[in-house]
This record gives sequence, structure tokens and C-alpha cells, in this order.
Amino acid sequence: MNLDTRPFRGPAPFASRGVRGLTARTLAVLACLLAFMSAAQALLPKDVVAPLGGDDSDAKVAAIASLGAIATPESIAFLKALRDENVSVTTEGRVLVVNPDATTEQNATDPVTGETLALPEGADTLTISNLLRGALDAAESGLRLLSPDVAVRRDAARSLQDHADPEQLPLIKKALAAEKDESTRESLAIVVSVLELKSPDVATRKLAAERLAETSNGQVRPLLAALIETEPDAGVRSAAAVSLHEIDGRLKRAEWMGNAFYGISLASILLLAALGLAITFGLMGIINMAHGELLMIGAYATYLVQLVFRKYFPGAIEWYVIAALPVAFVIAAAIGMALERGVIRWLYGRPLETLLATWGISLILMQTVRSIFGAQNVEVSNPQWMSGGITILGGVTLAWNRIVIVVFAALVVLLVWMLLNKTRLGLFVRAVTQNRRMADCVGVPTGRVDMLTFGLGSGIAGLGGVALSQLGNVGPDLGQSYIVDSFMVVVLGGVGQLAGTIIAALGLGEVNKFLEPVAGAVLAKICILVVIVLFIQKRPQGLFALKGRQVD
Amino acid sequence: MARTHSYAPPRRGLFTSRAWTALVVLTAFAAALPLLNVFVPADSALHVSAYAIALIGKFMCYAIAALALDLVWGYTGILSLGHGLFFALGGYAHGMYLMRAIGREGAYQSDLPDFMVFLDWKAYPWYWSFTDQWLYAMLLVVLVPGVLAFVFGFFAFRSRIKGVYFSIITQALTFAAMLLFFRNNTGFGGNNGFTDFKRVLGFPITAPSTRAALYLITLAVLVGAFIGARLLVRSKFGRVLTAVRDAESRLMFVGYDQLWFKLFVWVGSAVLCGIAGALYVPQVGIINPGEMSPANSIEMVIWVATGGRGTLIGPIVGAFAVNGLKTWLTTTFPEVWLYALGLVFVLVTLFLPQGLVGLFNRLTQKRRSAAEPSAPVVAASRPIGTQS
Repeated sequence: MNLDTRPFRGPAPFASRGVRGLTARTLAVLACLLAFMSAAQALLPKDVVAPLGGDDSDAKVAAIASLGAIATPESIAFLKALRDENVSVTTEGRVLVVNPDATTEQNATDPVTGETLALPEGADTLTISNLLRGALDAAESGLRLLSPDVAVRRDAARSLQDHADPEQLPLIKKALAAEKDESTRESLAIVVSVLELKSPDVATRKLAAERLAETSNGQVRPLLAALIETEPDAGVRSAAAVSLHEIDGRLKRAEWMGNAFYGISLASILLLAALGLAITFGLMGIINMAHGELLMIGAYATYLVQLVFRKYFPGAIEWYVIAALPVAFVIAAAIGMALERGVIRWLYGRPLETLLATWGISLILMQTVRSIFGAQNVEVSNPQWMSGGITILGGVTLAWNRIVIVVFAALVVLLVWMLLNKTRLGLFVRAVTQNRRMADCVGVPTGRVDMLTFGLGSGIAGLGGVALSQLGNVGPDLGQSYIVDSFMVVVLGGVGQLAGTIIAALGLGEVNKFLEPVAGAVLAKICILVVIVLFIQKRPQGLFALKGRQVD
Repeated sequence: MARTHSYAPPRRGLFTSRAWTALVVLTAFAAALPLLNVFVPADSALHVSAYAIALIGKFMCYAIAALALDLVWGYTGILSLGHGLFFALGGYAHGMYLMRAIGREGAYQSDLPDFMVFLDWKAYPWYWSFTDQWLYAMLLVVLVPGVLAFVFGFFAFRSRIKGVYFSIITQALTFAAMLLFFRNNTGFGGNNGFTDFKRVLGFPITAPSTRAALYLITLAVLVGAFIGARLLVRSKFGRVLTAVRDAESRLMFVGYDQLWFKLFVWVGSAVLCGIAGALYVPQVGIINPGEMSPANSIEMVIWVATGGRGTLIGPIVGAFAVNGLKTWLTTTFPEVWLYALGLVFVLVTLFLPQGLVGLFNRLTQKRRSAAEPSAPVVAASRPIGTQS
């Protein structure tokens, strides 16, 4: 049954009240539906409506809550009229619903008797104070539980977790019995248990406390903790304590999982940033301080591809990131190769000079980008399929863009490994790394291999830049923030070892994420740098050193 | 006639008489500048502006730092990308005293510095104790960079970390320190650092006479450091340092323990750099964690490279040349400065491996050998000291 196509027979065009508009509208649709379904005209009980005509605000709040709990089409329509301020109170305290669209004199209805009459002189509109609005909200989220739309029900159940009223308990129980959606059932069960914790009956309270053990909702925790303090019955107290313990355990596991995931995510970023460096520094022994800027250029290439897609292929904008990959690779690789031929080639065997020259290049690249695109960050947006996330274990949300980047990093590693171990170029690269002169003698074009290897390392930095553009700000300084980290990964992993780089990235990512909650982000980073510095003292060649003798 | 070649330090004087003359003349000239600022009226042609004094004073601090860096890089072959850290630590140590010397004249009229009031701290943390004593602050200027350098250097040199590895971990060290000092809770003013100093040892810090005095002290330290470094590199000890640079393994096989030689020059260099930082802060009026950024440290390296490493006059020339260029470009063409700096890095490493001093030596040597073709060309691959 599609609700939206059904003609609306309510009293008014919806008065949209900001954020509440949507709620009001759902309610109106619901009221309409229920009115349509129920043939018999049952009216509202007088003792429930009457307090609304009085002066006592607490009584009014209670009246609204009971109206919500009644949950008949009439009460729903009445609540909607209340929200729209279409309810008036006569001088004798009689409550009347006003129909603003009425064409006749008979523009008011008595909700108790159903009598239609003209609005008497001196009748005042019942104004909805913030207090009453809060009561209306609570009543309505209870009512929305009856909506046929699963999303609305789920949302309502979730919002009930924040402000449920004991009055609503029967209604919620009714909804729970009829509910089929698993997630909504779960939320409702929590609400019921939370409400039942306040029940006067000891057995009910105990049962509720026991049932709460199954939830992994963090909000329940303080409730249970408070219960342990105030509960008079020892049995309930111990049940609550057991539940609390279980919830804590579950929360801790969820937190652990979340940390582990974010650690892997950070590791994949570090790996993408450091993999190119592992090739240029690890295999070729070139300290490329401009590596960070190649990342930055990859990110800017993504930005450019996005602009082109927006302008010329707006239909395919979802897939611009995929198109950006080859573009970023080619641009970064071209810059890298130009760099190698123009500058680095002349500095082989002088690593310290290479370091300084490439630092100069990095300054030039940064300033060039700043001149072209401005010093401000540019906006690179996530495509739809990369935004949002999946929730596992209740409470831990894994963002899609991070998952995609983890997978992407794994693919890039695989690609590099294949390239180095299964292709002719890879063979040459390894040959030149192991013994440059001998490789030269047997006819390996060492100069070209150098250029291509450096281009490969730079191109991978470009790919890393595409990934980084999906996670954070893209600005001219992007590369600077990664250069120290990526050098740490390479140095820690050991020169010339892809496996070392991967393990170092994983280790650094995980350690960082697990230290962060304990020590804070900055101190965690400092700790890690200090540990690496100490580690290098012990094993100057990194985790996985090539065994051999060295001469200088 | 066969010349007997001795590896012992030559028995010649510290400088040639020409070099002594040049040194004295240059020092006297530099010392005269602040006097021309203070005593000559502003409308006179001989008047030197306060801006120029502040600028040259700052450059001299940079020159001291460059000299310190040259001792480890040019002579011992250890490239540090973290000397900015020692510079900044010296600056912070002196800055602590200067902050306390503000007294109650801060924005909040409190005994505590403004940033502590802002953080709602009630008392100085323990590491600020005694910093109201100037002498103690000076002790910190020496000890903090010195002890850090000793601890770091001891472990690094003991496990024989060399070359780019050493450079990279020094860079990581200064990066970590920068992150630490950027935190407000570290207790050094967060990213604003220390500023708004009022007086040093009771003298108002912006007064021309105070500035002139600071300038003269800096000049004295620079000249002292120059002569001291000359003494060091001309000694037998200095020869061992050069050997560490050129053939460390051979030196070890001959029986020298490189650890203590390296450690000595490394700690000495860090301390000198810290002193430069301590002189820098009152003259510039601010110290913040930006000084510890890896970019700053690597810029110091390029001063040395531009001037000519492995010479003592080189780093001083380089510090003045690069910073002069920087001052000129950032005021006239701010867009161009980073391009220029980048180009300096590339061009100097590609075409001027011995820096400006090396270029000068090559030119004069060519002329000399052209003048007397029979004289043997001394194979001085890396000139030590200069005959300026």
C-alpha cells in the first residue's frame, strides 16, 4: 500500500514547522490512513481531554502522553491539530478543534462529543509551549511506531530510546508484538526493558535488568549503573550488575574492533604513502623528499578529473575516482621520471645531496600548485558509493571510503609485487639493485631501468594521492604531513623489502590507533616516533634486513 | 725537493696574517653598526636603521647555528636535519626567563604568563621552577640541547647509525618535538609560543641600547665560535673528525673509537645551536614551535651548503646570503621566494657542491696556477679553513 498516492483528506495543508515538519507530515499521513481504515467513530474520553482546558502544565503534559498512548485515529488527528495550534479553549474551559478551512459557520468540533459548532466568542488558541512540544514529540514518536514505513519505525524506535514515557509502555509493547523488522524489534525491546526498570513490580524489574544484558547500546549503561545505586531489591541489583558487566564486555569488544579497523585503515594509508618510497628509497637508495608532493599531485589530479567529470560527464560523476587513478599515476610518474632524468641522475651515490636537491624540488612543486590552485584547500567529494558505512556489532561504524581504501591498498601492493617479481622490468629492477655493474655488463639498460623504477615509485605515490583525496583535505601542504610518517614506515620496515614495508605500516597503524585513546593523538604519535628512533638504534637496517656485508 | 708530508697539525698560526686582518676589520665594521644606530642622529647619512640592526642581529644568530651545523656536517659528515630543534630549545629556555620577566604586565595582570592564565593554571609547572633566575635560564640554554643531543647521539652513534638514516631520524626527532610543543598542555604556550617580552635583566627589550647590546653580544659569540671552531678543526682532534667523515671504517680499524669523537662534536654543535637560539629570541621577540618544523632545520642545511661546507667562513657567508635573499624576496616578490629557495637547493647541490667559498677558491686557485705554472697544485679536495 503506497501511502503517498492516497488523497489527503485531513483538515489543512501542512504547516511546516522547520525540522518538525517531517514528523507532522508523517503523523498526518498516518492519521489519514487510520481514519480511512476505521469505520466506527470512537471519540476521545472526556477526562483525558479536559486537563488541556485548564492551567496546570503538568496535567497538560500528562494529557498529551495519554492521548499518544490511546493511539486511535481521533487521538492522532487531535495531536496533529494541537501541534498546528488548531485547538482552542473556550472561556468555560471547553476544548474545541478548529477547522481553519471550514467554509461554514460551524468551524469547530468538540473532540469528546463529535458535535460541530461555531467557535464561541472569547475562545483562545491553545499555544504550544516548549514543554508541551516536548510532550508532543514523545507522543508522536510512539505513534510513528505504527507507521507502515520500516525506516520511520526504526527511526522512531531509536528516538524512543532517548525519551520514552512510562505512559507509552502499552503502546510500545503492542508495536513490539506486531513488529517484524529485526533492528526495530531490538531497539523497542531495549526501550521496553528500560521502561520496565521503573516498574513497581520487583519481578518485572529483575527481568528487565536481565534482558538488558543482551543490548550493546552504550546509553543503557548509565541507567543500569544508576539502578545499582538506587535499587532496594538485592536480586534486581545483582541482575543489573551482571547485565552491566556483560554490556561492558561487549562495548569493549566493539571498541577493540573499531580500533583494529581504524588501525588497518591508517595502515593502508601509510602503506599507500610509503610504498612508492619503498621502491625509490628501498630499491634505488634515493632519498626522495619530494615524495610527499607527488602524493599531493595525485590528489590534485583527482580534483582535476572531478572537475572534468562535473563539466563534461555529469552522468558518470560517481565513477570519477576510478578515472582519476590512471590520470594520477601517469602525471605523478611523468613528473617523477623528469625529476630522475633532470636532477637525481647526477647525484647517484651522494644520498645526502639527493636529499637536499629533492627537498628543493618539493618546495618548487608545492609553490607551483599554490600558484595554480591557490593556497586554500580544494574540495574533492566522495562519490555516493564511497560515503556512509556499515555498522557491525551494534555501534561500530566502518566507513565505506576507508574499506575501499584498504582494499585498494591491498590491490596496489599485489600489483607492485607482480610487477617486481613477474615481469621483465621487475627482473631488471632487481638485477640493478643487486649488482648494478654486472647488470650493465650483461646488457641491462641501467639508465632506463632507473628512470622507469623511479617513475613507478612516483606513480604509486600518485595512486596514494587519489586515496588520500578521499579521506582528508586536499591542499598544497598535503604531502608535508605524510613525509615523516612514510619515511618512518620505510626505515622501520627495512630497505628493499616490500614485506617489511607492509608489516611496518600495519604495525604503526595499529599501535597508533590503540595508543590514541590512552595517550591522545599527539602523544601517541610522539611515542611512536620515539619508539622508532629507539628501534632503529637496535636494528639500524630495519625489521627485515637483507643479510650481507657492506662496504663504504 | 721532496716535501715531507706530515699528518700532524701544521705548526703554522691559527690564521694567516691576512686572514687576521680581515677578521679584525670585519668584526670592527660589524661592531660599529649598532653604535651608528644609537649615537648618530636619525637624519644623518651615517645612521643605521633599527630595522637593519635587528636584521643583521638575526642573521648572525643564524650564522652561529649554521657554523654549528657545519661542524657536524661539513667536518664530521653527519647530516643533521634536526638542528632547528636545538636552536628552538635554546630559544625556549631563554624564553622562559623572558616570560617570567614580564611580571604582571601581561594582558591578565597575573604572575603567570598569559597563556597559563588562559589554560586556567594556578601555578607554574615544576619544569618552570627557578626560570626567573637569568643564570639558571642560561644554564638551561646549554644543558637542555646538550643533554638531549648527548642521549640521542650516544644511542645513535653507538649503534653506528649513519648517513641518511641518521638524517631521517633527526628529522623525526624535531618533528616529534614540534608536535609536543604545539600542544597547549605541554606548558610552553602551544602554537603561539612565547612573545610580548618586556625586558631582559631589567633593561627594556625594545630600547635601542638594549638591542645594540644584544647585537654586540651576538657578534662576540659569533666571532668567538668562529675562532673556537677554527681551533677545533685545526687540532689533531679536528683531523680525526675529518677522518670520520672520509673513511670511518678505516679510522676504526686503525684503532680510534669514533663514538666519542662524534659525540663530542655533536653535543658541542647542539649547544652552540642552542646558544644561537637563546640570542635569537630576545632580538626577534618571539619563539614558537614553528621553529622546530623539519622545513626550518633543512633550511639551515642549505645555508651551510650554499656557503660551502667543510669551511668555516662558508656557513656564515651562506646564512647571510640565503637569508638576505629571503628577506629581499619575501618583501618584494613573496610568490617567488619558495621557487628561489627550491632552485637554490637544486642548483647548489648540482653545480656548487663546495658552495660559494669553493667557487671563490676555485676561481682564485685557477688564477694563481695560471700565474705560476711551475708551482705544484696542492690536491686539497676539501679546503679546510679559509684564507679570506
